[in-house]
Amino acid sequence: MDPVIASRAQFALTTMVHIIFPVMSMGLAPFLIYFTWKDIRTAEPVYEQLRRFWTKIFAISFVVGTVTGIVLEFEFGTNFAAFSTAAGELFGGPLAVEGMMAFMLEATFLGIFVFGRDRVGDKLYFISSVAVGLGTWLSAVWILIANSWMQTPRGYELATEGGQTVVHLVDPIAAYANPRFSYMFVHMQNAAVESVALFMAGVAAYYVMRHHVWGFDHENIDFWETTLKIALIALLITAPLQAFHGDMYGRHVAETQPQKFAAMEAVWETDSYVPEYIVAFPTSLDSITDPRAKELFGIGIPGGASWLASGGDPTAEITGLNEFDTESPPVAIVFWAFRAMVGMGFWFILLSFWGGYRWYKGELFEDALLHKALMGSSVLGIVAVELGWVVTEVGRQPWVIQGIMKTREGVSPGLTGTEATITFAGFVGLYAALLGLYAYVIARVIRNGPPSGDDLRTNHEPTPPEAPATGVADDD
Amino acid sequence: MISVEGLSSGPLFGLPLPELWFGLMFALLATFLFLDGFDFGAGAIYGLVDTDRQREAVLAAVGPFWDGNEVWLVVFGGALFAAFPAAYAGLFSRHYLLMFAILGALIIRGLAPEMYEQRHDNLWQRAWSVAFVAGSVLAPFFLGVFAGNWLVGNEGSVSLIGLVVGVTLTLLTVVSGAAFLRLKAQHDLPPEVSTYGQIAVVGYLLAVVATLAVLAVRLPEGITTLLDPLIVALVVASILLAAGYILALRREQNLIALGIAGVLTYGLVTVVARIMYPGIDPATGATVSDTIVSTLPLNLMTIGAGLLLPLVVVYFVVLYTAFSGPITPEEAY
Repeated sequence: MDPVIASRAQFALTTMVHIIFPVMSMGLAPFLIYFTWKDIRTAEPVYEQLRRFWTKIFAISFVVGTVTGIVLEFEFGTNFAAFSTAAGELFGGPLAVEGMMAFMLEATFLGIFVFGRDRVGDKLYFISSVAVGLGTWLSAVWILIANSWMQTPRGYELATEGGQTVVHLVDPIAAYANPRFSYMFVHMQNAAVESVALFMAGVAAYYVMRHHVWGFDHENIDFWETTLKIALIALLITAPLQAFHGDMYGRHVAETQPQKFAAMEAVWETDSYVPEYIVAFPTSLDSITDPRAKELFGIGIPGGASWLASGGDPTAEITGLNEFDTESPPVAIVFWAFRAMVGMGFWFILLSFWGGYRWYKGELFEDALLHKALMGSSVLGIVAVELGWVVTEVGRQPWVIQGIMKTREGVSPGLTGTEATITFAGFVGLYAALLGLYAYVIARVIRNGPPSGDDLRTNHEPTPPEAPATGVADDD
Repeated sequence: MISVEGLSSGPLFGLPLPELWFGLMFALLATFLFLDGFDFGAGAIYGLVDTDRQREAVLAAVGPFWDGNEVWLVVFGGALFAAFPAAYAGLFSRHYLLMFAILGALIIRGLAPEMYEQRHDNLWQRAWSVAFVAGSVLAPFFLGVFAGNWLVGNEGSVSLIGLVVGVTLTLLTVVSGAAFLRLKAQHDLPPEVSTYGQIAVVGYLLAVVATLAVLAVRLPEGITTLLDPLIVALVVASILLAAGYILALRREQNLIALGIAGVLTYGLVTVVARIMYPGIDPATGATVSDTIVSTLPLNLMTIGAGLLLPLVVVYFVVLYTAFSGPITPEEAY
């Protein structure tokens, strides 16, 4: 394999697998802080169950996130040495700060949060939950500061040193307080919470349906009912917000990365009054692999894309892909990924309203169709996140730093095709196994259900510290 | 508004920032090698204990700490990237397969305990035990191979210097791991753990001698480089410290033994840094001053690190205080 292609494929694979785990940990963080707070304040068994059960899933996700995350940090050097040399001055700093400010915070307090309930007081335990949650979100801050700079670079100066183009930092505020950052951060964090809410709702819906619709008795039904309700509340907040905010984000992309926006809409010729194809039906194989908005058969909102790009003007002009000097990004991937993501986003809104309505009617636990819909959507949030990142990262190709450096120019000059192919093939195998194991372990944790009965601290009278902690050993 | 002018015109307080970052980078590496080192060493000793309870005692002892410990590697990589991007890019891309070998070992090492806990059947737990030991031994070994090649400017991955530094580092992690396990899980583990530590420290000294011998041949200025007073002092100190380590373990002064293992680790890394300076990538002849980023980002990073690293120390103090004293297998989750 060509070292450039293998490096790009490997980076795509390793980021796409990695992002699943931060989505789980960042999305779970606010729930866990809430569960910990309620557990400490109310001492109701269900909150201890919620805290312990979801902490277990958090911890596994965090560990897998750690080991797959280190890979990414190394890959900038191993596979994209030319990029790292050229942009290290702007790009390395946020990564270093991420490690010191965020990753350290979450990884240390995670030890206390996961293993230390019996060792520390309520206050420090609650602080640990906040520190872990805050750490996961701060991580996103610094990673997205780095990424947003690549999308819309500012505050830099180009120089040629030793025959190489190098980026120098001249204005840190412009570079790091990048307007793109706030769009990405809100979109990503909301997506993480939404994805986890969908996951929680999907899992809980299964047990609620088994108990209430199919009539199987479930000892922890209280736990699953509460999970479903809390997840539904989170979904009712995040799902509409995501669409509303996504619309603003789309407009920002149209202004700052017109080539990406044109690819998202498959607009080849500059045009005004461009319709937005909410539903696009491919009518031939060609229209899948090479979509052109003008030739698609679909349900289009007249002027919709123009409206989206301009913030309300249906007659606005959209610059077509043919206008740009560089080659276009792979339009088919960007166009269809964008549509699938937006489609799922609207489905999640529908789902949240459906669940909210049933709850309002007092029928939340009886609607088997709703339960099945939730179960079927349990991992769709994560799928939508993946598609969103595909739009973001594939859509800005051929650039690794928009307008400054192309991705293929960033690849390590000395890298051989053999080396790159060996590691790419290795990652395909290793990460397939990793995903399989992760899914297997999460499924097992779910099947085992939350700790209950004597296992719960809240079901014990306060015991003197020297008494043996009975029952903890058969925790799992 | 912040005035960027003041931050671009010269180094903060006129400090020798390139040298400070060179030192900081190696200090971060040493901290990683010590802290995650005892996790790795514990993993190696895990392969030598007999019963399930003993194995679970090892896992419980490292459980709360290892994730935090491993972040020092991320911070080391980040500091190298941010302060010396060209050195970072050059080193990592030239030792391409080796870097992925390190990553592979770390992935297996990180996953194994999580997986081990999930099922209680024999085959499953045995397989993950093997993975845990392999990852724990191979991660420091490959890191040592990388460090050895880095130091003498080897282009390839397989070399004598890589082998001896790899063995040196692996033995050093066992030295730390034995002291750590004596401290945290003495009652659940057999007394042989102390013996393993004592054997490892003798092996470590022999490996250091072998490394110095190979370096005397491989370094451009040969033995002259090694006769630097700081290096001679550190080597002599290591011999004395090794004796002190053995004594401390025998007297069950386990915290002192662990502290000595830490000093040995920082000493070893200091020797490496001393040999390398003022170079940072001997393969290309690049020096610290060639590869350092420009003044503005360097000043910003210095402010950032100066504010954040003391906080990180606080986090670790909180964590290690919360888990002071022995940790029993029942605390594994």
